Amino acid sequence: MRSTRAIDISTGLFVLLGFAAILFMVTQITNRGYSLKSDSYRLMASFENIGGLKTGAPVSMAGVTIGRVEDIQYDINLYKAIVTMRISDKYRAIPNDSDASIYTAGLLGGQYIGLTPGGSDVPYKDGEQVIMANDAIVLENLISKYLFNSAATKPGESTPAPAPAAQE
Amino acid sequence: MITILRELVQSFLTFLERVGLLVRFALRLFAILPSGLLRPRPIIEQVYNTGAMSLVIIMTCGLFIGMVLGLQGYDLLTRFGSEEYLGTATAISLLRELGPVVTALLFAGRAGTALAAELGLMRATDQIAAMEIMAVDPMRRVVLPRFLGGVIAMPLLVSIFIVVALFGAQLIGVEFFGVDSGSYWSQMRSAVELSDIREGLVKGLVFGVACSLIAVYEGYNAMPTAEGVGRATTRTVVISAVVTLVLDYILTALML
Repeated sequence: MRSTRAIDISTGLFVLLGFAAILFMVTQITNRGYSLKSDSYRLMASFENIGGLKTGAPVSMAGVTIGRVEDIQYDINLYKAIVTMRISDKYRAIPNDSDASIYTAGLLGGQYIGLTPGGSDVPYKDGEQVIMANDAIVLENLISKYLFNSAATKPGESTPAPAPAAQE
Repeated sequence: MITILRELVQSFLTFLERVGLLVRFALRLFAILPSGLLRPRPIIEQVYNTGAMSLVIIMTCGLFIGMVLGLQGYDLLTRFGSEEYLGTATAISLLRELGPVVTALLFAGRAGTALAAELGLMRATDQIAAMEIMAVDPMRRVVLPRFLGGVIAMPLLVSIFIVVALFGAQLIGVEFFGVDSGSYWSQMRSAVELSDIREGLVKGLVFGVACSLIAVYEGYNAMPTAEGVGRATTRTVVISAVVTLVLDYILTALML
């Protein structure tokens, strides 16, 4: 048997490790309690349709994740979704005419916000609104648009066809 | 024919008797629970014995379970072109099922057998009888701290197992196969709910109670022979494994 002190120390270590693991699970692998460190700033953008965007989704520039979606609210006056993004302070110098779009990672993957830099010399300030915001591409709309288009062109190709019918 | 039938009935009755004895044993243990908590010293020693001593095997197995999840998960998900869901798949399967169940099985094998053999040997060498003669309640003095140590250690072991396994999966998925580390963690974050973590911890606690109870019961009631101690250890592992898996199904059905 080892000395009491050694037992105490390793028991303490084990219990601490266990609680650290619980803490890690609760804070790091769920959305709850997730927070970027304070050295970050916010950007706002309003979208007509955000598709399946969720809080915690990445905000990326040229494919590099530079921040996270912090909050999504619906503005009843504008009929738009107001998305708050938290951008890491490392990326302070984003031109203030950059635009934000909602993209989908992979065909069925989660959605994220992509920022495309503009040409302005003035960077965005904390809490500023992104003026150009492109909505999410909703797959269903795309499919229905395609079907609608193909349905519309078919009668166009065969315009003479209904004419004889009318004459009968 | 009749003898076979009689034997069958007999063994069923023995089984029922054993379940009844286990329940009585458990009730007695719970009745003296408050007084056992007043003496933390032996409990700490048992947390060390069951928890801290199992740490190495739990972490090693966790690492390899995580790595194999990363390997299998990547292979499967890459067929659908959705490798970025590796984090989600790994985290959910670990939190809900693999973490608690594998830890419980390892716990039964590592700590449960140690408890059963120790108590069985105490019984075989008349140490328990000696305590009774000295008017020291062996349940309070020997059994309860061992049981409580196991119950305390188990949820902690489960969470350590899960966290190590997550990093094992990350090692294979991200470092080896090149899944984007950002999407590995962020997909995990967006899919894992607090209720998943709660499910894992509740399961860990219940399995801890079940496995520790079976281990101390089998050890305490072992036949006072070398063979009896051996049989008690074997039965601890077998019964713990079966009970863990049955309880796992019930708990999953309850919490889904």
